[in-house]
Amino acid sequence: MYEQIASNKRRTFVLVLGAVVFLAAIGYVIGVMTSSGPVGLVLALAVAVAMSLGSYFYGDRIVLASTRAREVSAQDQPRLHNIVEGLAIAAGIPKPRVHVVPERALNAYATGRDPEHSSIAVTQGLLEALNRVELEGVIGHELAHVQDRDILVGTVVATLVGAAVLLSEFFMRAWFWGGIGGRRGSDRGGGPVALVLLAVGIVMLILAPIVGQIIKLAVSRNREYLAGAQGAMLTRYPPGLVSALRKIEAGSTIPMHSANNATAHLWLNQPSRIQGEGMGPLERLFQTHPPISERIRRLEEM
Amino acid sequence: MWVWIFVGLVALLVLAAVLVFNRLVWLRNRVDNGWAQIDVQLRRRYDLIPNLVETVRGYAAHERELFEEVTRARTRAIDASSVPDQAQAEDQITHGLRQLFAVVEAYPELKANENFLALQEELTGTESKIAYARQFYNDQVMRLNTLIQSFPSVLVARAFGFAEREFFDIEDPARGPAQVDFSG
Repeated sequence: MYEQIASNKRRTFVLVLGAVVFLAAIGYVIGVMTSSGPVGLVLALAVAVAMSLGSYFYGDRIVLASTRAREVSAQDQPRLHNIVEGLAIAAGIPKPRVHVVPERALNAYATGRDPEHSSIAVTQGLLEALNRVELEGVIGHELAHVQDRDILVGTVVATLVGAAVLLSEFFMRAWFWGGIGGRRGSDRGGGPVALVLLAVGIVMLILAPIVGQIIKLAVSRNREYLAGAQGAMLTRYPPGLVSALRKIEAGSTIPMHSANNATAHLWLNQPSRIQGEGMGPLERLFQTHPPISERIRRLEEM
Repeated sequence: MWVWIFVGLVALLVLAAVLVFNRLVWLRNRVDNGWAQIDVQLRRRYDLIPNLVETVRGYAAHERELFEEVTRARTRAIDASSVPDQAQAEDQITHGLRQLFAVVEAYPELKANENFLALQEELTGTESKIAYARQFYNDQVMRLNTLIQSFPSVLVARAFGFAEREFFDIEDPARGPAQVDFSG
């Protein structure tokens, strides 16, 4: 467990460093091509540092907001609160904040940077479909992610990928509107600035799947098995999580509207976005979770 | 030359002792914290029991013996001073509450009472929190005791008076095999 924590901190550091270097390189290229000197580099560095700090300190809030999770009080959801508090005691960590995502699909995730700043979110569908023992299994699993600092890597990845998507869109739009403006004016062709913006946008679009690959590497499947085993250590009752996973598998065709590729790896189960279909080809490409049947098998062996 | 090797060895030993000492302190604090967690949940249960008894009494007044048993167990638990006494009294409460909830099954109006349902969720939640707090406490006690008993940490533990702690046992005498008496 302590090696897990250390390795997750290391991964997060490497990820953030990679993002900063990558953005700085883009800024440098733009600066050189528009012959504005070091301005581009400095601006890009500033953006990169702001992004990294933001993803570290506000990543959990960004993730929670992007999945439309809302915090619930102990009066609204006494059962859920009691379970979270009980398992937090068992794990010896402070009680995370409790959120509910208004979705019919059965799913859950944890986010935050350390056990002192952590949140757990479950979907409305999950709350309605699972009994107490099953819900304990799921929450135990999520708390294991909190204990191991998986949430730190997961949250930083989610916000960095989200920011990369936003930035690439920004560059593409800047080129698009800049191009039209150029056509209207006397200077047809848009000038070097527009071309650079186009190039950067395209590069980032190409890089998006690669970033997806990095997510897969950073959030390895082993960690799901590990959290499964560790969660069972907390509840001392593996069949609870097994039964929950069976229900989740049965309901995995229910689409989730509030999940996207940036947050997919955080969820307990790979979110489906297409009605009536388990997983589209694109989602298969971005597969971040081991198959549920395998997770069940390993729990049953315990 | 030999002097320096000797000094180095002593420094190494002192360092090892310091590490073991810090580990012992850390574990002892975790045990204390674990006990505090149990205490918080037990108190919560003491607070809930009179409410529950009052609510149930309104519907099932003639289950008086059961109410008295639960109330007595509660008083005994509050007065308990040692860990084993406490554990035993708590088991009696748990036992009594289980009987109480079993009796409630016969009263549909009570089961539909919102106040009762909220109390039931609170008690079930507190019950499982006690179990989890107990689990955490016992795990930490086991780690502390193992460290105190193992060599060479036993030397540091003895020197600084670290004492082994008692487990909060889940043995429930009330639920042992039934004693059948044929003599009468």
